[in-house]
Amino acid sequence: MRVALFITCVNDTLYPGTGRAVVSLLRRLGCEVDFPEAQTCCGQMHLNTGYQDEARRLARRFRAVFARHEIVVVPSGSCAATIREHYPRLGVETPRVVELTEFLVDVLGVTDVGAYFPHRVTYHPTCHSLRGLRLGDRPETLLRAVRGLELVPLPGAEECCGFGGTFAVKNPAVSAAMCADKCRAVLDTGAEVLCAADNSCLTHLGGALHRQRTGVRVVHIAEILASTEQDKPAGTPIASGRGR
Amino acid sequence: MSGTFLGMPAFPANAARAVQDSQLRHNLRKATHTIRAKRLSTIAEVPDWRELREAAKAVKDATLRDLDRHLLCLEEQVTATGGHVHWARDAAEACRIVAGLVRATGETEVVKVKSMATQEIGLNEALAEHGIEAYETDLAELIVQLGDDRPSHILVPAIHRNRAEIREIFLRSMPDAPPGLTDEPAALAEAARLHLRQRFLASKVAISGANFAVAETGTLVVLESEGNGRMCLTLPETLISVVGIEKIVPTWRDLEIFLQVLPRSSTGERMNPYTSTWTGATEGQTFHLVLLDNGRTDVLADEIGRQALRCIRCSACLNVCPVYERAGGHAYGSVYPGPIGAILTPQMRGMGSPLDASLPYASTLCGACYDACPVAIDIPEVLVHLRARAPHPPAERAAMGAAAWTFSRAVRLTRAQRLASRLRRLLPRRLPGPLSAWTDTRDLPEVPAESFRDWWSRTQGGPR
Ligand code: SF4
Repeated sequence: MRVALFITCVNDTLYPGTGRAVVSLLRRLGCEVDFPEAQTCCGQMHLNTGYQDEARRLARRFRAVFARHEIVVVPSGSCAATIREHYPRLGVETPRVVELTEFLVDVLGVTDVGAYFPHRVTYHPTCHSLRGLRLGDRPETLLRAVRGLELVPLPGAEECCGFGGTFAVKNPAVSAAMCADKCRAVLDTGAEVLCAADNSCLTHLGGALHRQRTGVRVVHIAEILASTEQDKPAGTPIASGRGR
Repeated sequence: MSGTFLGMPAFPANAARAVQDSQLRHNLRKATHTIRAKRLSTIAEVPDWRELREAAKAVKDATLRDLDRHLLCLEEQVTATGGHVHWARDAAEACRIVAGLVRATGETEVVKVKSMATQEIGLNEALAEHGIEAYETDLAELIVQLGDDRPSHILVPAIHRNRAEIREIFLRSMPDAPPGLTDEPAALAEAARLHLRQRFLASKVAISGANFAVAETGTLVVLESEGNGRMCLTLPETLISVVGIEKIVPTWRDLEIFLQVLPRSSTGERMNPYTSTWTGATEGQTFHLVLLDNGRTDVLADEIGRQALRCIRCSACLNVCPVYERAGGHAYGSVYPGPIGAILTPQMRGMGSPLDASLPYASTLCGACYDACPVAIDIPEVLVHLRARAPHPPAERAAMGAAAWTFSRAVRLTRAQRLASRLRRLLPRRLPGPLSAWTDTRDLPEVPAESFRDWWSRTQGGPR
């Protein structure tokens, strides 16, 4: 199966490791991966901060870049939700866009992707994955099938982590308060790794977990699903203790 | 809306103070989590909840589409059954009408049933200017009034107070409070009951709002928990009801839907303890209905914003909102706090003040409010819509413009990424200006030596 990858500007710029993991995972499952190099950003930040004209231009740009692709895979719940749910409101029609775990479970029909990740992991269903895309238990189903992985439930999982894009800067006090509560819930699980399907929320949570020297690392679900016995441990730079 | 909120600083500053208030945080967490659980369990009992929600939404939408017709029908029915109908364009006009009606009775005291509409127009303050004292009779509103305070929740206006504080307020401001009053909830409630009983018996004029107005018969409906509403609605000789024009439902059949969804969504009860309905003037009583616009027709004119008029003030959105849970109701600077306040206040008051302009941003767009809303108001959609109309700070506008410019060509993004990678060891650990808010509580991720796109164009996706 041939798929186009929309990597998202955040992953492209800050988390190439997540992108490499998506490519190796999809290829391992037999997919041809195209990466249209003209792609940039879906416009979520502009749209959600009230810059509709800029967002519309980026949406049209996205449509043009991916026009000849049949299906676009996105390793970010919030970007996928922006494209699928908000583009129509901007009057922009796109090809079929699916979030990574949706693609694996619904399109490829796999739940065991042959991964190995011998760690205690808790999963945070980010708001756009949970209430936007309605990913349901797809991510957990995939994680449960990973060999060696111990999945521990996160108390109050459905509560927002307080990132909210520019909210984190516009309302820093409330954002930090929400983040503190989420971090406490994560620590209560005793997990080594906090996993999510969106690196933007993980930048926020990982940044706080690192600042507090909790020793918990944050890892995008793609990196866990791509891991095999041959790999070095997955993790974003901040998570592996090399954060700044 | 109520003058007491005017001149408040923007939401972020209010919220920053609130999050450090340990008592407030504790009260809010406890109350909102308890009511969340109750709501979820009573809703789970209703097999057709989803259909009910759809029906509630559809009825409200259809009614709003033909609002003029339903309003005229209501007026006709209320008049035919002996009531008097008054139309108020804005808060000032509504207050003037009510004050005039009270003065015509010669009374200087009125009792009130909790009503959002009268708080919205600042009626108590307006009546005070005319030498008329208005007494709140809802327990929580009484606490707020005696404490010279502002409500912080639609349904639980004194959610920010604990029982020790309530005891103090009663002892200080309630003349007939028993001297040995303890902070036991039952003792506090009993003291309030005895105090209010005197008011009910002495007052000749009552002011109420209404949860619904049934157009086909001209019937008003009030749902409440304490019985104070029933007292106010039935005992006094004159009853004045101030009702927003969006409170209308065409028929009793439509009402049935809302009598199911409202209690379950608000208090998490299957049914509220008291439901009072009255049609026109009942025997021995003079009845006035004041129909209030106060910006509602402007909201109705906005295709996306108008869904806010479906609101039945259940407060489910407040109780599930993570921002409300930490910021509390006062931070919103309006009688309508929480997610509904964030979309209603800027539409009704405009976004001229820093506070009102900050409200559409008082949300992470997490969507919990939309899921909980019994009339399916897509609050995040309206927030984003309002953000597009809000004034944007020049520095932010410049930054967003620069970002859009960079994203408009892949080559520009590539150049920016390579520059960041080259300078990655030199980038500061703490960000300057408004962005310092990020690094105050979080470390920054390391900028990678190579972006994904550069890796891709170098390796075509790595080994196969
Ligand atoms: S917006 Fe919806 S959930 Fe919030 S108070 Fe109104 S009806 Fe209730």
